[in-house]
Amino acid sequence: MSHVWTIAEQSKGKLRAVSFELLSRGRKLADKMGTKLCAVLLGANLSDETLEELIHRGADEVYFVDDRRLENFIVETYSNVLSDLIRQYKPHTILAAATSSGRTLMPHVAIQVTTGLTADCTELEIEEETNHLLQTRPAIGGNIMATIKTPNHSPQMATVRPKSSRPLALDRTRQGRIIRLVLKEELVDLRVQVIGYREGTEEFANIEEAEVVVAGGKGLKKAENFALLRELASHFNAVLGASRDAVDRGWLPYPHQVGLSGKTISPKLYICAGISGSIQHLAGIKTAEYIVAINQDPDANIFRLADFGIVGNLFEVIPLINAKLAAHKKKEGE
Amino acid sequence: MEIMIPIKQVPETSNVKMDKDTGTMIREGVVSVINPLDLYAIETGIQLKEKFGGKVTVCTMGPQSAVKALKEAIAMGCDEGFLISDKKFAGADTWATSYTISEAIKKLGSYDLVIAGERATDGDTGQVGPGIAAWLGLPLATYVSKIDNVTDESIVVERLVEDGYQILQMPLPALLTVVKEISNPRLPTLRGKKKARACQLQVMSAADLQLNDACIGLKGSPTRVIKIGYPKVSRSGKIFKASGDAGLNEAVDALFQFLEEKELI
Ligand SMILES: Cc1cc2nc3c(=O)[nH]c(=O)nc-3n(C[C@H](O)[C@H](O)[C@H](O)COP(=O)(O)OP(=O)(O)OC[C@H]3O[C@@H](n4cnc5c(N)ncnc54)[C@H](O)[C@@H]3O)c2cc1C
Repeated sequence: MSHVWTIAEQSKGKLRAVSFELLSRGRKLADKMGTKLCAVLLGANLSDETLEELIHRGADEVYFVDDRRLENFIVETYSNVLSDLIRQYKPHTILAAATSSGRTLMPHVAIQVTTGLTADCTELEIEEETNHLLQTRPAIGGNIMATIKTPNHSPQMATVRPKSSRPLALDRTRQGRIIRLVLKEELVDLRVQVIGYREGTEEFANIEEAEVVVAGGKGLKKAENFALLRELASHFNAVLGASRDAVDRGWLPYPHQVGLSGKTISPKLYICAGISGSIQHLAGIKTAEYIVAINQDPDANIFRLADFGIVGNLFEVIPLINAKLAAHKKKEGE
Repeated sequence: MEIMIPIKQVPETSNVKMDKDTGTMIREGVVSVINPLDLYAIETGIQLKEKFGGKVTVCTMGPQSAVKALKEAIAMGCDEGFLISDKKFAGADTWATSYTISEAIKKLGSYDLVIAGERATDGDTGQVGPGIAAWLGLPLATYVSKIDNVTDESIVVERLVEDGYQILQMPLPALLTVVKEISNPRLPTLRGKKKARACQLQVMSAADLQLNDACIGLKGSPTRVIKIGYPKVSRSGKIFKASGDAGLNEAVDALFQFLEEKELI
């Protein structure tokens, strides 16, 4: 019986949270088909203890290809290794994260092993009779949902966005097998070299993996006013986002931009102020779980997508929210 | 420096309308434009040409009407345009599309760089750029936000990742996909528009490219769309007016209640 695989991710010796989110998706599919769930990880020097968390979060088996040349993501070698594993073990389904590496690796692998790939799936199911993976994703700026399958090729491959599913609770009693694999020399492709790394600015945002995003637009009027949103964000441990207008004015750098020409995000909560809700902005937040909008214009388009809206002047509304949140926290602390 | 830029023509995002009954896009009256994210690739290509000399070639796979996108790119400053067009290409997914475009690029001759946009705003997959690199066996850097250093043999780029920028050195020829941060696309000039109007664009068919029929169009596509639906609109949409102190307080209290109910605080 062929298995369900998830592509785990690591950075600097630590597993990234998205690895566990993928396992909760994969667990459902594997259970439905009565097969095993395996996490595949490429990296360097990860301890058994670290790898065990994959088992405690749902995996039956962990395949770990361990080599210092796999420490950083380099698509050529990663793609060779994953394609080789696929040819050897013939998994039924592979789920990967729609991250900067997952989105690069998977289309590359799809060509190498001749199979289909569906990006940014929001729903994944197994079709009863055929065991085909039914992959549903938003298309055309989120205006439609398309269900896609790969009927005649294998494996079935899909990417899902970070934060679009919750990890399973940690279960330390779960048993599984860790299989350490050696990197085959012939798969190593060193044409591309990582020669450096530049940290993002302090609040640089891993906006795609944030639980809560607090965003501002042109209505904030100037960069300094983002202090209001920073304070609001601090209460939620949130990452800051911005509309294109705010980014183009230099109020926040580009990695914070949400929307069509920026990031598409699926946080649990999206709070935005002074953003009109242009179709291009909305394209980036359609899969957020809850949207709270603050805008002084009652006809602003953003209210059409909001779960909760406040029509008012953000310079009055946000300070009041901040004050109440501070009071709330104090009360909780007592 | 010889630069190839594969682009896509897409419906302008602001006026996409859906036919609720058939689940298809209403194409009538919809203006088609160059995929906005491809403009950054075009601008990057033109800037490299201005600095190092050479030629920028754009190509697109699409219907005859996609000539307009190629002409727009030439009006911006690209030198040549090729249309990859054939009825047989219809229904291609990203696998078949990247095969077709990679074969066209091979046919077009030697190049130092292939530069693509991060993704197209209609299909929204970002899979064709990496796919072309895989077909052509080119070293690949995605999400490139900056080009630092170019020599005859190599290029250094910065690539935007989750918590910063990865700096990569790679040999040429190579394929880059670029993000908005890399450049500020110029508008077409009058001279450019004249040139675009006058220029002859070459069309390449499946036969011209000697493509394997089993790898193109719907037939060559591993994926199938089997159902089209509409996103669940589950937004409850409570809207509060916060005018005057009382209204303001009430609205913020209601927000707190909402956040508590949803276990967000
Ligand atoms: C190809 C293309 C790609 C694009 N990509 C993106 C993208 O990725 N992301 C993106 O965001 N945009 C994108 N845009 C731009 C988009 O069309 C809008 O121009 C942009 O989103 C508007 O930003 P905004 O909402 O901040 O500004 P505006 O539309 O100007 O809205 C400002 C809002 O602030 C409100 N406001 C003002 N003062 C106050 C106050 N005191 N209190 C409360 N509310 C106040 C106003 O009522 C208004 O609704 C793209 C456009 C194109 C053509």
